[in-house]
Amino acid sequence: MAALQVHQLACGRGDRQLFSDLNFELQDGEALWLKGRNGSGKTSLLRVLCGLGRPLLGEVRWNGAPIERLREDYHRQLIYCGHAAAVKDDLLAWENVAMSSTLSGIACSRRQALDALDSVGLSAQATRPARALSQGQRRRVALARLAVEPLPPLLLLDEPFVALDQPAVHTLCGTLNRHLADGGILVYTTHQAQALQARRLEQFDLDQLVAC
Amino acid sequence: MLNALLHVIRRDLLLAFRRRTDVMGTLVFFCIVGALFPLGVGPEPELLRTLAPGTLWVAALLASTLALQRLFGADHADGTLEQLLLSPEPLALIVAGKVVAHWLISGLPLVLLTPLLALQFGLDADATVALALSLLIGTPALSLVGAIGAALTLDVRGGGVLVALLVLPLSAPVLIFGAGVAVAETGSTLADANLLLLCGLLAAAAALAPWATASALRISLE
Repeated sequence: MAALQVHQLACGRGDRQLFSDLNFELQDGEALWLKGRNGSGKTSLLRVLCGLGRPLLGEVRWNGAPIERLREDYHRQLIYCGHAAAVKDDLLAWENVAMSSTLSGIACSRRQALDALDSVGLSAQATRPARALSQGQRRRVALARLAVEPLPPLLLLDEPFVALDQPAVHTLCGTLNRHLADGGILVYTTHQAQALQARRLEQFDLDQLVAC
Repeated sequence: MLNALLHVIRRDLLLAFRRRTDVMGTLVFFCIVGALFPLGVGPEPELLRTLAPGTLWVAALLASTLALQRLFGADHADGTLEQLLLSPEPLALIVAGKVVAHWLISGLPLVLLTPLLALQFGLDADATVALALSLLIGTPALSLVGAIGAALTLDVRGGGVLVALLVLPLSAPVLIFGAGVAVAETGSTLADANLLLLCGLLAAAAALAPWATASALRISLE
């Protein structure tokens, strides 16, 4: 059983404290929707949760162990999709999927990458360079990683629905619901309410946690 | 683990192949500096032969520094660097892969071009081989030391100048012993000593620089 625990977390940007005293625990099949105005610290929190950022106070634990101690073992347990799509202009769409998946520890063949792109509706663009794709298509290439099996238990997604059209949003929701049904954990930020089916869907409005 | 290393090398080589103009810039810079120098100091053959090792070493050092911005810059700009930092493989290993690819793209071609430029300086075969050998051992050390500077200045405005200010002084020992190999008479004790010291510098850089660069990357992206 996997569990993500956050204890007494405080985050800041520059010399400004964004929020403090954040506590939560997520277990198999549970999701957390992070809400808040622009600049409230949603991205900062996600970066701390994945280990890219460091909190001002408190700690993040994975199955009871601090993530700073687990480091690569923790990285094996998660996929993080940030604001930047992490898509290389000079690589073909399928190469982007295959290489990003392989780098995150999920071996991905050309066939698997093509299937993943097919699942997000990009089969016709699979052999085009990423620079020839629109912003929405690039976002879909980035999210096609989520269609490469096996997915790690923890998904941390920063504004995953941005730039996606309605069919792509529908497909992504299906992928995330399958992940949650299989016992995965999801933490995501979005300004658009989506119909995700989790065993427990928690919501945090970071505006309510603003540090004094 | 070896697979991850090879994967990073293959990925960076593929990206360099797709964006050949970036790679060519370093080589053209090296050739232009090497070609302009004789025009500046005059056609005296003895003088050119004396100046050749130092000149070509400095040209290689500057060309290598010029290429450092590419090492992590593009990955940082498109968000790929964050994904590399979140890889389940040790970050130092990924850094090592990127440095190897960087050297294959921007260091090895300089070594291959050296005999051509050595002709212009009138170097004999023995001196040319010694110079190429010293660059073959020295340029990977330059890439390794440069990676630390490139990682530290990743998110800094004016990072191009700053990386040069950081890396050039740190590269001085490599330059001194590298040029020393080529300047000393081939087979002499002095040449052998310089060569061994250069190998020692490369070994030390290979052992320490990937860890230092990994730490610098973590700090830069925090």
